[in-house]
Amino acid sequence: MALLNERDAVDNGLYGAVGEFEDEDRLFDAIERVRHKGYSKLEAYTPFALHGLDEALGSKPSKLGWFVLCCGTLGATAAATFIWWSGAIDYPIVVGGKPLFAFTFSIPIMFELMILFSAFGSLYGMLGINRLPRFYHPIFNYTNSERITDDSFVLAIESEDPQFDADECVRVLEEAGARYAEVVAK
Amino acid sequence: MADLASVIREECNPPMLSRDMSYHDITDQISSVTEWKKTPKQWWILITITSSLLLLLLAMLTYLVSTGIGVWGNNSPAGWAWDITNFVWWIGIGHAGTLISAILFLLRQKWRTAINRAAEAMTIFAVACAAIFPLFHTGRPWRAVYWLFPIPNTYLHMWQNYRSPLEWDVFAVSTYGTVSILFWYTGLIPDLATLRDRSPNGLRKVMYGIFSLGWRGSSTHWKHYEKAYMILAGISTPLVLSVHTIVSFDFAVSVIPGWHTTVFPPYFVGGAIFSGFAMVMTLLLLSRWALHLENIITMRHLEVMNKVILATSMIVGYSYGTEFFIAWYSGDIYERFHFFNRITGPYWWAWWTMCICNVVIPQFFWVKKMRRNIAVMFIISITTNIGMWFERFVIIVLSLHRDFLPSSWGYFRPTWVDVCTYLGTFGLFLTLYLLFVKFLPMIAIGEVKSTLSAQNHVEHVYAHYLETYEGAETKETHGLA
Repeated sequence: MALLNERDAVDNGLYGAVGEFEDEDRLFDAIERVRHKGYSKLEAYTPFALHGLDEALGSKPSKLGWFVLCCGTLGATAAATFIWWSGAIDYPIVVGGKPLFAFTFSIPIMFELMILFSAFGSLYGMLGINRLPRFYHPIFNYTNSERITDDSFVLAIESEDPQFDADECVRVLEEAGARYAEVVAK
Repeated sequence: MADLASVIREECNPPMLSRDMSYHDITDQISSVTEWKKTPKQWWILITITSSLLLLLLAMLTYLVSTGIGVWGNNSPAGWAWDITNFVWWIGIGHAGTLISAILFLLRQKWRTAINRAAEAMTIFAVACAAIFPLFHTGRPWRAVYWLFPIPNTYLHMWQNYRSPLEWDVFAVSTYGTVSILFWYTGLIPDLATLRDRSPNGLRKVMYGIFSLGWRGSSTHWKHYEKAYMILAGISTPLVLSVHTIVSFDFAVSVIPGWHTTVFPPYFVGGAIFSGFAMVMTLLLLSRWALHLENIITMRHLEVMNKVILATSMIVGYSYGTEFFIAWYSGDIYERFHFFNRITGPYWWAWWTMCICNVVIPQFFWVKKMRRNIAVMFIISITTNIGMWFERFVIIVLSLHRDFLPSSWGYFRPTWVDVCTYLGTFGLFLTLYLLFVKFLPMIAIGEVKSTLSAQNHVEHVYAHYLETYEGAETKETHGLA
């Protein structure tokens, strides 16, 4: 068993088997083969976003949009409510003969706050769903992990997979075209 | 098949990125700028100049706060002058960054990847420069926060007037600044991880490590990240249009001849994109030359940008025409006089400078040779920004200096403080830009890689087509062998 850090493995168990591929085409090819063998707990690591990777891995589309929609609605509502409360209830004062509250003059600020809340919602929502910031993850134990953000396309069969067997998985990844594969500790 | 082939041929010739580049080359080339062992002498010389200008800005602002806003030339009848001109000009420059990163993203314009990061950075720095003017025009910027934003406090005892376009503007500009930073940072996360992974252990690794938030490029990360990026692009698009629209409301909602027109929102947005693209061009040409990025920021990128500059110049020219037509068609004597006064009045030189720089000079870009000539595009990028500054000056000062009553006419002259404050904002802008180039990847590494991936894919299809239908020799003549 090719293992980077055996002591970690004994203490914490295994993260999974990790294989490295030369380019995106080989990665896609490998995912298909590995899934064909019945493995389902897969995770790919790539230097840039690859179109079609989620479908290939069989993962569901992101639900972030719904969260952002709620944030945007909240922003617009908050703006209208505050303009109404502060201008017509808390401190009513007539300026230029205009009404104390009207939907029309609230539109620009409602729009701006809708955008502002949505923007915070997208960034923080994305970080929240991805459980970031998180400064430790087993994939960083992988020998060539620093090349993931450069030019290496990595596929991991995680140890939670019901079919998981460390040596067998390394062999499967190599057969699927990995230029290098190893078992990675948690 | 022939149609498809011609589409692909268009896509491959000339290629967006050099054909002999690998993903690793892209990482190397872009990261290396932030990894200078010894920072070049030129960088130090430049930052000495720009930070001196920044000190000038700080000195001017200190002088203004300690003396009063009378140190600026603003006075009745021109209560708004260089300050608001500079504000609108800087905000407009920022708009190109958002346009490139958001609208072109939604339109799937792959060429944006080489320039979007620098353009987004430029947006943030330009908004910072813009914000200085209205903030210091209040005279007491540390109290202005209570006047501008609804923050409960014990000395004002009232709320803002949300019926005023000036208050809308507060929300528009502050939202714009905040969203631009969020969008920019979102784009930076994967690239910061790249820099983290390349850094030797030490302060660099720790800093990039902290700011990349533990990014590991997993497919789950990318899935939500792509969604977030798309949403940010989607909301930034109406945002950028709204910001200059609301800026134009500051004028259009008033009753001053020359301001009271419905054409202002689209006219302002068009002008903003025009000047912003010109500023991106100026900075990119310098960065490309200084940092040898010719293979990533290719002639094709520059040519496409010049086309946008030409198109927006036409929009701006058309708006000028519309204004004149409506002034005549309205039959309003004040409107008619105002536009006559623009061309022949005491500020005739400002109007003519604006017209020549914004409408006449960019017409050179109809010629392909001119669009692809570095010297020409550099000069036009500068004249465009001169012209766009004069456009705002014309709109603001010319409308105010002669309105309804001849007895209250006047002539605005800037003071030396006006001039030095404006010069000082260049110090702020350029100092921030130089720091950005030194410490952050000025080109979106991950996005350029995905452009390369798409290009390889298309060329693969094209090569296959040529081989099948036109023989192997043509493949070589197209450089695809």
